[in-house]
Amino acid sequence: MALQGSDIDKLAVLARLKIDNEIKQEVAEKISDILSMIDQMQAVDTSAVLPMANPHDATQRLRADVISETNQREAFQAIAPQTEDGLYLVPKVID
Amino acid sequence: MHTLTLAQATQGLENGDFSSEEITRHYLNRIGQLDEHYNSYITVTADAAIEQARGADTERAKGNAGTLCGIPMAHKDLFCTQGVRTSSGSRMLDTFVPPYNATIVSHIKGAGAVVLGKTNMDEFAMGSSNETSWYGPVRNPWDIERVPGGSSGGSAAAIAAQLAVAATASDTGGSIRQPASLCGITGLKPTYGRVSRYGMIAFASSLDQAGTMTRTAEDAAILLGAMAGFDPLDSTSTDIAVPDYRATLNDDLSGLKIGIPDEYFSEGLHPGTAAAVENAIKELEKLGATTRRISLPHSNLAVPCYYVLAPAEASANLSRFDGVRYGHRCEDPEDLYDLYTRSREEGFGDEVKRRILIGAYVLSAGFYDAYYRKAQRIRRLIKNDFIGAFYDVDVILGPTAPSPAFKLGEKTSDPVQMYLEDIYTIATNLAGLPAMSIPAGLAEGLPVGLQLIGQDFGEAKLLNIAHRFQQATDHHLACAPIIGGDL
Repeated sequence: MALQGSDIDKLAVLARLKIDNEIKQEVAEKISDILSMIDQMQAVDTSAVLPMANPHDATQRLRADVISETNQREAFQAIAPQTEDGLYLVPKVID
Repeated sequence: MHTLTLAQATQGLENGDFSSEEITRHYLNRIGQLDEHYNSYITVTADAAIEQARGADTERAKGNAGTLCGIPMAHKDLFCTQGVRTSSGSRMLDTFVPPYNATIVSHIKGAGAVVLGKTNMDEFAMGSSNETSWYGPVRNPWDIERVPGGSSGGSAAAIAAQLAVAATASDTGGSIRQPASLCGITGLKPTYGRVSRYGMIAFASSLDQAGTMTRTAEDAAILLGAMAGFDPLDSTSTDIAVPDYRATLNDDLSGLKIGIPDEYFSEGLHPGTAAAVENAIKELEKLGATTRRISLPHSNLAVPCYYVLAPAEASANLSRFDGVRYGHRCEDPEDLYDLYTRSREEGFGDEVKRRILIGAYVLSAGFYDAYYRKAQRIRRLIKNDFIGAFYDVDVILGPTAPSPAFKLGEKTSDPVQMYLEDIYTIATNLAGLPAMSIPAGLAEGLPVGLQLIGQDFGEAKLLNIAHRFQQATDHHLACAPIIGGDL
């Protein structure tokens, strides 16, 4: 399936990416090439095949709902771009 | 000292031929003198390495030597190392200093290893040539105009150039085996779930697996023994006892049944690669193995299937990079949306963005069933091919990569061509199976890798076959020409 520049705009919003206008067409062409390669899958009838999410068909292991971590806020926030009074700073969301 | 295997270096330390501090300084000196040609390291931790080496010498003197005591090695730069920058080859994490260690980093430290530094890699492990790294490409020690493979190109080149005794690496679609093949070293991707992924920066979580890069199968057995095991911190870790991989290295191969898939010798395989693999088959037959042709009929669907599942999982995993908690943040964001999009635009490279967009596409409403669900169904067909084959054979053998190392820049403009580098390696990730690449000779002066694929948790059998092969041949002893002479 051939993607257009407008498709890349929509995907970029979904993926929270910014794709410059100058390269948008090239990005669309390369992704279209990849999707053509992927489309080889459609030649096989898989209607009777169960999807496989994990190579061992394993399910998510759960643990007891108890506190297992100590508070390490200072260590974690030491590597954050911007914090103040123990809070992460982002641009104002609500006026 | 730099030509010694891990096993030999351990013997040298035990005999008192040299100390860990001496061998560590020797390797640091080599890295300082030679790595400008290869760019195999992103970060070298010289002071910490010397301190660890002195500690290792003290422990050995006290009789407390662990299995990796005093051995200078390196970690791929996607394993979190407390207090040491862990970049995953990306500008996004150029300043990221993890506040914790990956489980395997702790295990390797506990076994007494000395860490020389962190090795270069394709950005977020997305690539087959090590050309997507924010820190520049790695060059193949056999020919610096050629790629080392990827994504673990730095780990592979560091071993081939004798800038580390051993290294950790990771493999999502071939990222251990293909660079091992192109650099002429021994690479092992264990079974999915065998080695903890806690603290390994995620690419595609149903495929990612940590493993080893070494000079020999014996060294891989030692390193895997230190890394493998159940980890409650990784929800995909499997609780199965870890065997003593060294104990079975010398087992007799008589009666071993090897399957040779027709699909792995198809059009596009380099004749020199095919010849080296054919010779390896004869060598294994001399050692008592029997071979038979088999078919893995859905092999041609492995690459298409992977390029749905891996980008889908990557787009989810990489959504955590938002410029808020850690990693790159753009200057003066106008609003929250601008903070997210510009931080990600600046932090990620082209290949990573491409895969995130593909992931967003195949997961989006209206396309989910046609792509993502379809790929998950194809994945089962691929796994079933292997299950069927293993009724008749013990292991599967073929080439690791379709050709020897290619030139830098040769495939960068055509992503589909680059993706086909992993045509023989991707199916085992989809099936979760263990696989190795071991040197099988040269083609046009460049290394060729032989791939061995095992049954679930069958690493000991692969290591046994690889070790017996290496005892009978000398391909693994072939050395890359080292620029600057024999420092």
